[in-house]
Amino acid sequence: MATEAKRAPVEGAPSLASRDELREARYHRNGSLVLFAVLLVAPALVYPVFLMKALCFALFACAFNLLIGYGGLLSFGHAMFLGMAGYLSAHAAKDWGFTPELAILAGTATATALGIVTGFIAIRRQGIYFAMITLALAQMVFFFCLQAPFTGGEDGIQGVPRGKLFGVLSLEPSLPMYYTVLAIFAFGFFLIHRIIHSPFGQVLKAIRDNEPRAISLGYRTERYKLAAFVMSAGLAGLAGATKAIVFQLASLTDVHWGMSGEVVLMTLVGGLGTVFGPVAGAFVLVAMESYLAELGAWVTVTQGAIFVVCVLAFRRGVIGELEAWLARRRKG
Amino acid sequence: MPALMGQLLIGLINGSFYALLSLGLAVIFGLLNIINFTHGAQYMLGAFVAWFLLNQLGLGYWWALAIVPVALAVFGMLIERLMLKHLYKLDHLYGLLLTFGLALMIEGLFTQRFGSAGMPYSMPGKLTGGYALGFMFLPTYRAWVIAASLAICLTTWFVIERTKLGSYLRAATENPSLVQAFGVNVPRMITLTYGFGVGLAGLAGVFAAPIYQVSPQMGSSLIIVVFAVVVIGGMGSIMGSIVTGFGLGVVEGLTKYFYPEASSTVIFVIMAIVLMIRPQGLFGQR
Repeated sequence: MATEAKRAPVEGAPSLASRDELREARYHRNGSLVLFAVLLVAPALVYPVFLMKALCFALFACAFNLLIGYGGLLSFGHAMFLGMAGYLSAHAAKDWGFTPELAILAGTATATALGIVTGFIAIRRQGIYFAMITLALAQMVFFFCLQAPFTGGEDGIQGVPRGKLFGVLSLEPSLPMYYTVLAIFAFGFFLIHRIIHSPFGQVLKAIRDNEPRAISLGYRTERYKLAAFVMSAGLAGLAGATKAIVFQLASLTDVHWGMSGEVVLMTLVGGLGTVFGPVAGAFVLVAMESYLAELGAWVTVTQGAIFVVCVLAFRRGVIGELEAWLARRRKG
Repeated sequence: MPALMGQLLIGLINGSFYALLSLGLAVIFGLLNIINFTHGAQYMLGAFVAWFLLNQLGLGYWWALAIVPVALAVFGMLIERLMLKHLYKLDHLYGLLLTFGLALMIEGLFTQRFGSAGMPYSMPGKLTGGYALGFMFLPTYRAWVIAASLAICLTTWFVIERTKLGSYLRAATENPSLVQAFGVNVPRMITLTYGFGVGLAGLAGVFAAPIYQVSPQMGSSLIIVVFAVVVIGGMGSIMGSIVTGFGLGVVEGLTKYFYPEASSTVIFVIMAIVLMIRPQGLFGQR
């Protein structure tokens, strides 16, 4: 419905709402063009390993943002999808001899299946309870990964081969690997874009803003929430599976609750519910971690401090503040 | 038989910590509508303050029992006045995020200073030793922890459910603006309530110090289990969180005896089952 209305030829002056919508669509298109143009040439200027790490986390944060920003559900357990997919993709590539694209697919499918099971349990409560339930379920997955034989316990799965993409293109050198990661990120990013702007996304936003009203309009809201949860889980899994191939490692760090907290922080810093915010947040935090890496636990302290500052004074995040500033300038 | 009894005892000990912590969470949530993620870090702080008192000032366990809850309560009230106060009009999730950030800061600072290794806290002299009961050996300290936490939990229940002070508190939980209109200073009540909840966490930390190693990470894994306990019990009733806390501790202990592989996950599995059958929790109201 919404997309049809947007495409219909406008007679006379366009209404305010559609002008805003057009402006938003233009802003998203131009912003994405700039983002991907920069990412295409970035390896010439920046260390590719850093870029690949940041892109994996950016996709992870975008997946998380789909759930909180458009579904209004704060998951405090998204690490389970990142980590589980990582384990499966690493295991498939190393022990089953899968090619990288199949290994990533296997990891993503696992995370999606896990999303269906955990989502079914978690969407029974909302708000704070939803956060606590996802956190507890993720902790259960953490203990499973700690004990299951194939995950290698404390050591994780090391020395995962990057292999040859489609059995042809070797991903060992960093440039082919980088552009593969970029393609996967672009796929995820545009998929999320399509989801948000589809009729499904509109219903999701309606549920976020006023669930009783959406129910009274006849929507089975729990199905929409479950669908959003599963999509978010699958995309987080895509990020985790890719990350395991890139770094040739799957470890307990990625299923730990600290990782669930980190993705919340990335999205919060960049801007909850903005399209580019999670990407910006992921780059900021990955950069911060690589610069502060030698300082040990100070990284955790800094992350905690950023949380506190963001919640108290900076709730719109970097991109959110920027958008608000631009909007004010346009009006004033 | 002694092994089973031993696990049951450990279960009751863990249960007393679950009960003390989930009680604090429930009291705080009732009035502030905030899930206090810092609770685990505050429990850890309680154990550390007790350790400092003993090793730096030479003040033993009994002093710690008196000083730590008060010190932690003051710390909590500062947090409430300086930070949490600004969040009451916002979505409740921001309270969770803020307290999560605080927990990271506190845990990070202590890890930086003390590393991840635990430090022992010597058992108070009067509570060493134990009783041979025939079917098992009951260490005095463990018996003391279970009895003391049970007493504290029941006192808290009595104060909240059966006294005038508690009735103000319950009324303010129902409808803060109406209670304020009757001349009760609700903001001060909120501050004191948060302080009380944090004090309880600190007290639990002192209880834990001689049993577990005093380490910066001791709170974070515990708090996640306590969250599951809270979801299972539902935060509606004080007695509910006490019963669920002790009960789940025992269930965990029994699992450790009959099927040790599942002992770290059993509470989460129970949480999933409860959510399927009774989403509002065992003692929760819709």
